[in-house]
Amino acid sequence: MEATITLRVDGEERPVSLDTRTSLLDALRERLGVNAPKKGCDHGQCGACTVLVDGRRVTSCLLLAVTQDGASVVTAAGLGAEAEGEPLRRAFLDHDGFQCGYCTPGQVCSAAGMLREARAGHASHVTADLSADEIPLDDAEIRERMSGNLCRCGAYPNILAAIREVAR
Amino acid sequence: MIPFDYRRPDDAPGAVALVAPRPDAAFLAGGTNLVDHMRLGIARPELLVDVSRLPFDTIERLPDGGVRVGAAVRNSDLAAAPLIRRRYPMLAAALLAGASPQLRNLATTGGNLLQRTRCAYFQDATTPCNKRVPGSGCSALDGFHRHHAVLGASDGCVAVHPSDMAVALTALDAQVRVLGGAGERVVPMTEFHRLPGERPERDTVLEHGELITAVDLPPLAMAARSAYRKVRERASYAFALVSVAAALSVKDGVVVDARVALGGVAHRPWRAVRAEGALRGAPATEDAFRAAADAELADARPLPGNAFKVPMARNAMVAVLRDLNAGGAR
Repeated sequence: MEATITLRVDGEERPVSLDTRTSLLDALRERLGVNAPKKGCDHGQCGACTVLVDGRRVTSCLLLAVTQDGASVVTAAGLGAEAEGEPLRRAFLDHDGFQCGYCTPGQVCSAAGMLREARAGHASHVTADLSADEIPLDDAEIRERMSGNLCRCGAYPNILAAIREVAR
Repeated sequence: MIPFDYRRPDDAPGAVALVAPRPDAAFLAGGTNLVDHMRLGIARPELLVDVSRLPFDTIERLPDGGVRVGAAVRNSDLAAAPLIRRRYPMLAAALLAGASPQLRNLATTGGNLLQRTRCAYFQDATTPCNKRVPGSGCSALDGFHRHHAVLGASDGCVAVHPSDMAVALTALDAQVRVLGGAGERVVPMTEFHRLPGERPERDTVLEHGELITAVDLPPLAMAARSAYRKVRERASYAFALVSVAAALSVKDGVVVDARVALGGVAHRPWRAVRAEGALRGAPATEDAFRAAADAELADARPLPGNAFKVPMARNAMVAVLRDLNAGGAR
C-alpha cells in the first residue's frame, strides 16, 4: 500500500510517496537522498541509524515512515544548525572520536539527544540517587547513556573524551 | 515483510473497532518489537492500526493517591517523571535498566507490557517453536537454554518474559486498564501475563482487539523505599538473566511488609508470594532474607544449561533486601 507523507528533514519540507513498509531510515536514504544516517543492524540494536525526531534521539530503522507524517527529523548532516551540533562535530574531530566513521553520524546525533536529556534532568541506570535534581555527567554516566551506540572499531575512549568536553 | 494497510484512528473506540473484527490486524505503538518482528516474518499483520498518537500520553495523580500512567507514555518519560522517581523508585530503575536510550524514547507503557519473549528460537522463523507455531515443538528444551525459565515452565515452552518494567509493576500491584468491544475492564498486573501451560502462544489474558489505555499504580507508601536489581551479561543494554524488584518496610528490626517480584525466571513477571509471606513478621536479617528467597525458589526446575539462575536469583533477592534494609537504594 502506498502513502504520501511530509517530513521536515534537516529544516527542509520533504513530501514523499512511499510503500507503508518503508522504514524512516530507508525513506531518508533511498527516497530522499539523505545518507547521513547509516544502516547497521536494521534491528534497533547498533544505533548507527540514530536521528533526532521532534528533538528526541531514536533508531530510525524501527520507525515506519508512514507513522512519522509531519515529524521534524534532524540527521547528522543537519546537526550543525542545532545548539549542540557544531561543538560535538568539532570535539569528535579534535579527539579522533572515530576510526572508520560508519557509526559516527549515529554517535553525534545520539550525543546531542543525550545532552538534552541530561539538561532536562533525566537519570540513568548508573545514577546513585534517582531523586537528585542535578546529575553530573561523569564518565560512567556518559558511557551508560551512550550504550545504545556501538562502534566496531572500538573508538570508545575517544568518543567518551569528545562528549566529555562538550558536556562540561 | 508482507504488504499491509495503515490506519490512524482519532480515538480508542475507533481503534478497537478496526482491530477487533480482523484477526490479521494489529495495534502499533512504539513499534520497537512489532516492526522488528514484521521484518523477521514472525508477525504478519495485514492491517496496522496506529495508536501512538491517541491521547494516552499523560501521568496523572489519582484521587486515592495513586498514579495513572497513560498507555502511550514513553518509557523514557515515565522514568524521568519526578513523581515516579520519588514515590516508585523501583519502577524508574527498572525502566532505566531496559533497552537503550533510543529505544526507551520510542517504547510505550502499553507496548512494553506486550513485548514478546527474546527466546532465540521464537525469533528464528526457521526453527520449531510452540509459541510462534502452536504444536510445532520447542527447540529450546534440547537447545541452548541459558536464558530460559526456571519457574512455572511447561513441557511445551520454557521462554521468559523480557520486560524489566513489568517486573516492577507486578511487585507494585499495578492495575492494567483495557478497552475492548464490550467496554472497559481492569486486569491486575499479577494476572495479566500467563504461564505457558498448553497455550504458550498466548502471552497475556488479553483478547484480540483489546487495547491497553493506562496502567494504575496504587498509593503504596512503602514503594518510596524500593529498588530494582538486574543481573545481566554486560553492564548495559542486555536482557536480564535474573532481576529483582522489591520494597521493604521494617520497624524495630522486624519486617512489617514486603513486595518482591522476579524477572528473567519465568514466562511472566514472577511475583514472589512465598518470599513475601516468609518475610512478614520475620527479623530483618540476612538469614531471614535468605530463608525467604529459598522458600520462593523451592519449586524451581532448572534446565541443564540454566541451573545457575537459581542461586543467582536467591543471591539477588538477598542483596536487594539487605540494601533496602540498610537504607540504600537500587
